[in-house]
Amino acid sequence: MSLKTNPEMNPATNTVFSPDLAARFDKLVTLYPLRRSALIPMLLYAQDEVGAVNDQVIAEIALRIGITELDVRNVISYYSLLHTKPHGRFHVQVCTNISCMLRGGNEMLAHCKDRLGIGHKETTSDGLFSLEEVECIGACCWAPAVQVNYDFHDNLTPEKMDAVLESYRQKESGR
Amino acid sequence: MPELVSHPEEVKVISRRFGMGAADIDRYMALGGYASLRKAVDMGPEWVLNEMKASGLRGRGGAGFPTGMKWSFVPKQSAKPKYVLVNGDESEPGTCKDHLIFREDPHSVIEGTMIAGLAIGSKMGFIYLRGEYRYLLEITERALAQCYERGILGKSIFGSSFAFDVLSHTGAGAYEVGEESALMESLEGKRGVPRIKPPFPAVVGLYGGPTVINNAETIASVPFILEMGGAEYAKIGTERNGGTRLFSISGHVNRPGVYELPMGYNLKKMIYEVAGGIPGGKALKAVVPGGASCPILRADEIDVGMDFDQMGKAGTMLGSAGVVVLDETVSIVEFALRTIKFYQHESCGWCIPCREGTDWLKKTMTRFYEGYGTVKDIDNMRYLAENMLGRTFCPLGDAAAMPMIGFFTKFRGEFEEYIQKNPAAPETQALVELVGA
Repeated sequence: MSLKTNPEMNPATNTVFSPDLAARFDKLVTLYPLRRSALIPMLLYAQDEVGAVNDQVIAEIALRIGITELDVRNVISYYSLLHTKPHGRFHVQVCTNISCMLRGGNEMLAHCKDRLGIGHKETTSDGLFSLEEVECIGACCWAPAVQVNYDFHDNLTPEKMDAVLESYRQKESGR
Repeated sequence: MPELVSHPEEVKVISRRFGMGAADIDRYMALGGYASLRKAVDMGPEWVLNEMKASGLRGRGGAGFPTGMKWSFVPKQSAKPKYVLVNGDESEPGTCKDHLIFREDPHSVIEGTMIAGLAIGSKMGFIYLRGEYRYLLEITERALAQCYERGILGKSIFGSSFAFDVLSHTGAGAYEVGEESALMESLEGKRGVPRIKPPFPAVVGLYGGPTVINNAETIASVPFILEMGGAEYAKIGTERNGGTRLFSISGHVNRPGVYELPMGYNLKKMIYEVAGGIPGGKALKAVVPGGASCPILRADEIDVGMDFDQMGKAGTMLGSAGVVVLDETVSIVEFALRTIKFYQHESCGWCIPCREGTDWLKKTMTRFYEGYGTVKDIDNMRYLAENMLGRTFCPLGDAAAMPMIGFFTKFRGEFEEYIQKNPAAPETQALVELVGA
């Protein structure tokens, strides 16, 4: 059954994504030799907008690609950036891998835990920050490095980290 | 923002346009960009392949396979479409060179991809970037859009019959996907588990078609090689190790950064002169020469040239050229634990020796680090690591085992000392209290 002939399966009727994202996905699936190649970018972009790859996102993307929800879940569980539960608005990812470790990555993680009052893979009660100890983020020469959502912050010290966290707090209150 | 560094010893080939705003196509072309593509279109695939072979360029991802030879393995006639796949899933701890290439000179990657496509008779290329590099994906997307606007990508490029499309693609967090067969699985929208070889990607690759897969640095080198000529490029490096390499120097050095140096450059000089030596006048303890998977070198072993062959002779690897410098204060036990934690986290679980091996190494190392280690543990871990070698579909199992074997071999004394110095084991308690004893 083609997607177009069954109105219930027509992605155009979706309410999961914004019109812009839906349009972007309509195009994305056509760019590859196989539709399924768009799966991982779609999951990540959907997560960026919705906040997590939740049940609705999974169902909608499965439909758009033409695979089962189980197939989608199987892929999600493999990739470390994809998550089915929402993070904090600002997801603080502290690298403690070798290059960062040598330049204070562990101390940076301890500092963030202390300042935010949360541990690895936890979220603050106001939902503003979440924290994760991550593997190498490719900023080894500028260690210690932290990624907040997709933004890199390098050559950090505890003081600089405080300023970084404060800048995100300001960003939120300025919204 | 990561800073760019510079040193007089550098030979700037692929980093020549760094810091010059070359992410913009006008600037890129003003700085000589896309001239190599034009030349390749005029001269044809055979010429490109010959120049690439003459250059002595070997894969910058870590395996060091000769690029020209890899390209020539692609069959000329193929029923299925052929593809070029650029590996920008840079995830090897200690390596951040591709980060700078995509930020400073994304067009060199696009141009290299197109030249590779021309050489093997492909019409489509993919640039796969790790999910964490979102801002670099955006830079690359803008660069690609500019190429389409100018007619550099698309149909009849430079008025010829050559047509080519390039698509950028994001991953979503996985070290394993940096392995070429897992990379293809991931690009096909699946879990990034490796495929068995043979068949090799040059014969059966992406979507079942013949595929050339190269590291981003390898591909970025291509336009420069055609510009200066393969033979000239080869002269920069050492024998069978043509050209330059982007060395990511991190850890305990005064001037960490990405430096472009000739292949075969002396490691000791690299640390003490180029990167400015060890901070605080401390002594050097050890160096991981090519990213986390390469066996460690002791301070007395670093007077060696950094190319694939010399590193091999020294019992280690050039890998992805991520030079991680450790001063005398570093505990090798702690460093080994962090290394194996990484590989245990990243093992995709497909092959049992890697899945179980990394897990047991991590468990044993964790116990050891906590002070419950025994001498037998060192022997057991070494035996375990040695039995992972060569028993997996992809090299992740080797990548985890090799550095561990290195730690146990080169620093065995420190592991033994650690047991003595850290008797965290609780005092023995009698299982049975003897009445009246």
